[in-house]
Amino acid sequence: MLLNASGCLDALVAPEVARQLDAFVTKTVTPLPREGNAPPRIAETAHGMLNAIGLANPGRERFLDDQLPRLQELGIPLWVSVGGFCARDYAETCSALEGIAAIELNLSCPNVDEAADSAAEIVAACRAATSLPLYAKLSAAHPDVAVVARAVAAVGADGLSLINTLRGLALNPHTLTPILAQGSGGLSGPSLKPVALATVHTCYAATQLPIVGMGGIATAQDVVEFVACGAAHVALGTVLFVDPDAPARIREELAVVPVDDRYGAAHAPEKPLEFAAKAVA
Amino acid sequence: MSSPRRELLRVAGAEPIGPYTLLRLGRGGVDPGAPGQFFMLEAPGRLLPRALSLCLAPAGELAFLVDPVGPGTASLCALGRHDAIHVFGPLGHGFRLDVERPLLVGGGVGIAPLPYLAEALRFPPAVLGFRSERHAEAAALLPGAEIAIEPTLVTELIPPGRDVLACGPEPMLQAVADMCPGAQLAWEAPMACGYGACYGCAVEIGGELKRLCVEGPVLLAA
Repeated sequence: MLLNASGCLDALVAPEVARQLDAFVTKTVTPLPREGNAPPRIAETAHGMLNAIGLANPGRERFLDDQLPRLQELGIPLWVSVGGFCARDYAETCSALEGIAAIELNLSCPNVDEAADSAAEIVAACRAATSLPLYAKLSAAHPDVAVVARAVAAVGADGLSLINTLRGLALNPHTLTPILAQGSGGLSGPSLKPVALATVHTCYAATQLPIVGMGGIATAQDVVEFVACGAAHVALGTVLFVDPDAPARIREELAVVPVDDRYGAAHAPEKPLEFAAKAVA
Repeated sequence: MSSPRRELLRVAGAEPIGPYTLLRLGRGGVDPGAPGQFFMLEAPGRLLPRALSLCLAPAGELAFLVDPVGPGTASLCALGRHDAIHVFGPLGHGFRLDVERPLLVGGGVGIAPLPYLAEALRFPPAVLGFRSERHAEAAALLPGAEIAIEPTLVTELIPPGRDVLACGPEPMLQAVADMCPGAQLAWEAPMACGYGACYGCAVEIGGELKRLCVEGPVLLAA
């Protein structure tokens, strides 16, 4: 499947972009409304960008009453990204969700304080609260992400979303002060891709769980590489800012992407080109 | 409103005007939209496109006034004939044209949307402010406009009783908002996508942070 990375598309404002995807992943929903961080919130870097949006969202109640019904009217399978500051926050939102395809647990936003509970504690609490498929979105910044991947797999995660942005800092070249009002922000875009590939490769080897691979995907070649590292699905993030037609373009490119399949996939059970085509079919 | 589309457009010309460049692109199938709407222009060598409002819409072309303030805008100013860049638009909400006594107010590169707006309003009076004689060369885009050069401020040239439509730096827009409640102001904010996806261009509107690309860029002064 071809998805968007959470927070990189608003299907209510741009339904024609969302309809190019196999499922739409919402911006992260937290229990209470969040206005997000003060501007400036974005900065361009070499081959990437930083964002410090700060999980701006209307909160669980307004999401469930207002946004979710309007999203469901679009007729696109929905994944809801769930955030919080303790396991109970996450579990309460999960138990309130129905009529969607999957839940992605945002366990790794670099722009807000981390939840006190561990990723495994949060996933376990959510597992008890819902029977919907649960994808744990992990950070590549963890010193041993395979340990976290195995831990969330052991308590019932159905899949992994890899990776979230990584914390970075960009300075104004004249004033040598941070460009973002928040100081640091999450790095995304092509500069993230090697980190994402390594994380997908490591976590697939550790768990064999279905993985949504993301981080700098901009072309069909990128998709093939993520699949070769073990991703079952892929998500588009920063490229959607640059090119709203990217999902359709990448599907077209996949039909003709030149891949020498002698190299095969690292772990994937099928040859990468066939498997990549299936991933976004 | 015309729906936005993204196309590869060929550069028809790039002419310096003072420190700025008027970048003219073949229009292709891209609609020029309403005055005050904007386009995302691919900046060669950079990851993110740059948001620019349409300056002029000559037959078969779209023209943008570019101030080379950073690497992205500098790369746009360096484009030559037969180069081509991706352009996405028109985006956002432009100026309302149902005004009785329009006055266009512009500051610096913020005069960019005013020539196209002036055409739509049949060339109403305009007052423009610049920081130097060289920057004021751009006033040639609005023949007949009154010009203020620092230390004189453009706000000193605004007569009472006009329907103000303004674009310029934030302090100018704040001053215009204080003087002219009901003025239509075109704001600017750092923006990655231009169509509501990135949440980067948040500005405070009615006490809440909202996306300028979705709600604006033209907003009414409170």
